[in-house]
Amino acid sequence: MSEKKINIRMSGLGGQGVVTAAHILGAAATRDGLISTVNPFFGAEKRLAPAESYVRISDRPIYERGEILNPNIIMIFHPHVITMGKCYTMPFFDGLQQAGILLVNAEQSLSLGGKDLVKLAALQARIYYLPATQVALESGGTELATNMAMLGGLLGITELVSREALRESLAERFGGGKFVASGTTAALDDVLKSKFAQFDQLLEKNMEVVESGRRSVWEFRIPGAVSA
Amino acid sequence: MVVEQKAVSVDELLFASPRKQVFITGSEAVAEAVKRANVEMAIAYPITPQSESMHLVGDLFAKGYLRDYYRGENEFAVMAAVHGASLGGGRVFTATSGPGTLRAMEMFPVWAGSRQPIVCAFMCRGVSLPPSIQPENIEMGMLLDTGMIMLHAENAQDFFDMILKGYAVAEQPEVHLPLGVFVDGFFVTHTRDLVMLPPEDLKLAPYDPTCSPVPAFDMETPPIRIVRDPLLNKSNFISYAANASWHQEVLAAAERARKHLNRYLGGLLEVEYPDASLFIIASGTAVSQGREALKALRAEGFEVGLIKIKSIRPFPTAELIAATEKAELLVVPEFNAGGWLAREIKAAIDNNSRVCASPRVFGGMTMPVELIVSEVKKAMLAKGLLKSV
Repeated sequence: MSEKKINIRMSGLGGQGVVTAAHILGAAATRDGLISTVNPFFGAEKRLAPAESYVRISDRPIYERGEILNPNIIMIFHPHVITMGKCYTMPFFDGLQQAGILLVNAEQSLSLGGKDLVKLAALQARIYYLPATQVALESGGTELATNMAMLGGLLGITELVSREALRESLAERFGGGKFVASGTTAALDDVLKSKFAQFDQLLEKNMEVVESGRRSVWEFRIPGAVSA
Repeated sequence: MVVEQKAVSVDELLFASPRKQVFITGSEAVAEAVKRANVEMAIAYPITPQSESMHLVGDLFAKGYLRDYYRGENEFAVMAAVHGASLGGGRVFTATSGPGTLRAMEMFPVWAGSRQPIVCAFMCRGVSLPPSIQPENIEMGMLLDTGMIMLHAENAQDFFDMILKGYAVAEQPEVHLPLGVFVDGFFVTHTRDLVMLPPEDLKLAPYDPTCSPVPAFDMETPPIRIVRDPLLNKSNFISYAANASWHQEVLAAAERARKHLNRYLGGLLEVEYPDASLFIIASGTAVSQGREALKALRAEGFEVGLIKIKSIRPFPTAELIAATEKAELLVVPEFNAGGWLAREIKAAIDNNSRVCASPRVFGGMTMPVELIVSEVKKAMLAKGLLKSV
């Protein structure tokens, strides 16, 4: 049987939860009995600076480390990644595999350059949009849940991990006192936790954001492109 | 509240106990190792680029796993302070990286010169050549002759095991030397991976300072006698002879570590496909990238093998000569611009024109598997082992 390996690149801005989203997704994959590695990439920790994280999921051991150069799925957490070049690759979809998936957090479709669209069409890329920040505000009451909306959107496109595993990973990440983050991440965790009276409430609200993200994702058809 | 821990031998902890799988980062693996290492004192300097490891060790102190912990003023102060704690007869731990390692540089030979079994984790990062806080292991090339034992971990699992095995090797009375466990920063420290851990209610038996080959903090005999009143400051034959013979003893102690490294690490190097005529030779994260390249090349029908070098000091010279005896080509991928591992290999083997010191990736870049594959093919082409790429 051939290896089933999925490479996911998440690009966003510092503070948006790109690292946490990758952590929760990778942990959920391992709960489902798969093998996963997760790693982030960023400079000195600053809010709104480019931040990326990479999730590899496979049914075989994964040795490869570092940046994912040939992703099957790219998740863009903020339009500025595309419009202001706040990412580690140029263009933002560099390395996207044939028939790869692009999921973008934006309220409406972005006017990508003509060249980008031609290239994406040639790759038979499937482009999806999701107003993830809006979804997070409406369903979760905080834009700090944008990353959970993005994970919901991803699951709306492809069932990479089970809902139960995602829920358990989320509970593990925010539940116990075991997780130790850097100072800035810990501060954001505190803000998030302060918004909810109880842990159960935080978990339920986040799962609502996931569900809402799943429902709100929509596919953008490249004009004139033949579908994959 | 701290878990009640039972002190056991390193064999029981690492080889006989059942292990449980967890999904953690390399930094968390460090803390899991320290939790089970019965460390008495850890001292931290939490500069960027460090990692979360010493922060996590601080949490272990708060929970009662360590007797003492504090934050030093800078890396030099930290390395001097752990030296003092070790001289006093305690088991100590600290971690550093990149520019921090360089700032503390003076202390590493001091540790070796006074034969202290300090275990330090090095999360290798760029050293402002030009400024970078990303993964790169050039600092290892700068530490090769400090007298410490140097192990290069490939992943979080290695990192966990090598720290605990490191104490077992470093504290052997006939070795009793500092030991650094090195990893490529970010690629291991920040990467979340599956790691197998023994139970957390077990810990290493305490360090016994009476087994030290040098007295704990005795001002009148070496090594402290040398530190307090350096022999080299006296211009007479006896002082030079004493200094030189002590230095030789430090180097001999590292040689005596070989058999213990063989026992605990299962060899200073590991060979996959020993009959291959072409090897990828690497250490650290470059091994992982090499494993993927190996898979790709073998799928294309190339008889390629892989040699993972685990111990950099002492260097597995004899093992490497034996493993590469029939090989025609040795490709050495590295995460630094200097190419220190290729230099070490060239100096160790015969007919060193077989060594292709490439690819080298640095400044935080990822080493694409395709790059190793193409470098292997280019080297084969140059050697006439392949007609076209």
